Formats: sequence, C-alpha cells, structure tokens
Amino acid sequence: MSYMKEFTKGLIKENPTLVTLLGMCPTLAITTMASNAIGMGAAATFVLICSNVVISLLKKVIPKAVRLPSYIVIIAGFVTLIQLILQAFLPAIYDALGIYLPLITVNCIILGRAEMFASKNNPAAAALDGAGMGIGFTLALLCMGSIREIFGSGTWFGIQVCPNFMEPMTLFILPAGGFFVLGCLIALVNKIANRQPPKATGCAACPNREGCPSAAGETAAAEKISEKAAEADKKEENK
Amino acid sequence: MGDIAKSMMIILLTGILTDNFVLSKFLGICPFLGVSKTTSGSLGMGVAVTAVMALATAATYPLYYFFLVPMGLEYLNTILFILIIALFVQLVEMILRKYVPSLYKALGVYLPLITTNCAVLGVTLLNIDEGYNFGESLVNSIGAGLGFLIAMLIFSGVRGRLEKCRVPKTFEGMPITLVAASIVSLSFVGFGGLVDGLFGGV
Repeated sequence: MSYMKEFTKGLIKENPTLVTLLGMCPTLAITTMASNAIGMGAAATFVLICSNVVISLLKKVIPKAVRLPSYIVIIAGFVTLIQLILQAFLPAIYDALGIYLPLITVNCIILGRAEMFASKNNPAAAALDGAGMGIGFTLALLCMGSIREIFGSGTWFGIQVCPNFMEPMTLFILPAGGFFVLGCLIALVNKIANRQPPKATGCAACPNREGCPSAAGETAAAEKISEKAAEADKKEENK
Repeated sequence: MGDIAKSMMIILLTGILTDNFVLSKFLGICPFLGVSKTTSGSLGMGVAVTAVMALATAATYPLYYFFLVPMGLEYLNTILFILIIALFVQLVEMILRKYVPSLYKALGVYLPLITTNCAVLGVTLLNIDEGYNFGESLVNSIGAGLGFLIAMLIFSGVRGRLEKCRVPKTFEGMPITLVAASIVSLSFVGFGGLVDGLFGGV
C-alpha cells in the first residue's frame, strides 16, 4: 500500500509545479501548445524515473561531499539519452522543445527528488516516486498548455476548437501570458485546497532548500544584508 | 569593421531587450523570483551571473570546437558544459576568496546560486546552437547577462511596491509575484522590432 502512496502523492498532493513550485522554467516556456507539454512531460518523466533508480542504487557508493555533482552527471547522462532518442524518432518534438530539452538537466524537480527521496529509499520506491512526480508534472504542463493554446490560438493539440469568428487572444501565447496563467493556476489550487499560502517566496519557501546549493547562497546573502543593515544602524546610533 | 560592430550591437541589444533571457526565454526564473526582493541582492546576483556567463562561454566554446567536434562527441555537450560550469563557479569562488577578498565579500554569496541557474547552461548551449563565432558568443553571453541584470533590477522595484499592497488572500505570495512578472514581461514586448528599426534589419 505504501508503494501506491509514493506514486499518488506526486499527482496532486505534492504536485511539483502547482504545489511545491519547482521547475518553473520549462513550465512557462514550452506550454504554448498542449502537444509540447506532453513531449516535455514525457521526457522529464523518463529522466526522473531513470535517475531516481540509478541514484537509489548508488546511494551507498556516492560520497556525501560530492553527491550533488554526481547526481547532476547522472541526470545529464539520461538527458543526453532522451535527446538522442527524440532526435532519432520524434524530430518534430525535438525541434519544438529546442534548448529546453537539454535544460532538463538543471530542472530542480529532478535534483530535488534525487536529494530528498531517491538517496534515502530503495529503487522500487524511487521509481514509483519518479513516475508519480513526472506524471504530476506532465498533468500540470498539460493544464497550462491547454489553457494557453485554446485561448491563445483557438486550437487544442492543433485541432480547431474555437469558432472561426473568435479572434484568438495572442497575449496567452506571449511570455507574459505564461506568467499570468501560471499565477492564476497556483492561486486556483490555493483556493481549492483552501490552503494558507506560504508567506515566503523564493528559496525560503522552497522544499528543496536543504539539498540545493542555491538555498545556501540565498541564506548567506540574506544574512549578509541584515548584517549590513545592523552595521548601518550602529553607525547611526554612534552619531 | 563597421559590419562586425553592427552585428555585435544587434546581438547585444537583442539579448538585453527584445529576447530578454528571463522575460521572454524563461531562463533563470528561480533566482529571478527568489533573489529579487532587494535591489542590492538583484545587483549582486546580476553582476555575478554576467561574469560567470562570459567566463563559462570563454571556457566551453573552445572545448566544444577543439575537443568535442574533432572527436565526434558533440552529443556530450550537455554533460561537459554542466560540469565545466559547476567547476568554474567553484574555481571563481576560490580565486576571489584568496586574491580579491573585497570582491568576494561583495559577490561571493551569490556564486553558489549560479551552478543551478539554467540561464548559464542555456546561454552556452544556445551559442553553439546558433553557430556564433567566438566573439559573437562572448557578446551574446554578456548581453544575456545584462538582460538578466536589468530584469532583476526592474522586478526588485516592482516587488518593493507589491510588499505594501493588499492582495486577495488566494493570490498572496507566489501567484501575485507571477502576475506582476507577467506585466513586467509585457512591457518588454514593446521593444519588439526595436533592433531591426535601429539597424535596418539583420
């Protein structure tokens, strides 16, 4: 039963895009069309499952000090694999995803699952976790992609769905529309879940912060800024 | 000479304004949303990213053309580039700490954030995809970095105002930040056609 839970938690409860707010770059960039969303989601799911299994198998071999670079190399290896597969068999998807396909390497969902789940659990659980998270990511992308494609170009998966006399709202396929739709979707999820939205944004609210090199830098930066402010206060007082 | 200067200017302005990395290519969204709370933080992060982008391009470009291409290993570029960037950030951090402590104090805290910044990997890969030569690649990287810096600075101002606003409860936190980013991004759409207008097309 517990294995089933590892799979389902990624779908809705801990949906990587809409609830834990990870992997923003591809979510915003490639969701101008529903078909791109499926392609991106499938590629990311493949990489997630494979890298989760491999990292879970190697968890005792990888020394703690160099674990992040090791994870990145493993992930980059699988990303290269899916790049070559797509290029050979689905060149249309490969062209549509463009630069965002190799950038799956630095997608924080994958590194986050490696650090938080795969490195602590057995391979079977890690594979299910990866599949769940990947499918959750795909669903969120599909949702974004459908909204943007239907409103922005009047089509869905390339099929005309809006009547011809309706002028499509180009705004939705512009970058600005991406930010807007994602913001509204997250607000909608907050509303439905009746969840107190986290006050903090950015790294402070990020569930990955323990394993993420960025979070360490962010904390250090925040500390430095507050130190400076304290120093300035002191100077004022001395005067 | 004039032609070269012109094409460089086109690449630079395209990177900064019309194809802004953050607002129209969606690269580097995490630091854009995470570190843009204060102006000083945005400035430090932006400068550090610009420097690392230029240095990483200077390192990855020769490696790709003098090492991977002759060996027929072009498909390994993603793995090699991310390793180079991770290594590079570490190296820059160590050098700065040892030899230029004043600069390290100002920028050092932002350096570890850069390894996972997809804009840096993105720009090195784009330079190869676009088939730029070495000079063009460098200019493109600097333009991308400056574009990132400008977007961060503008957005930190917007967020300063946002903090003082009353926002509907469901929109608090991330959603309203994204909607604000959408409006900032919309303002950059206004630059469309600017480069062509200035230089009479490419």
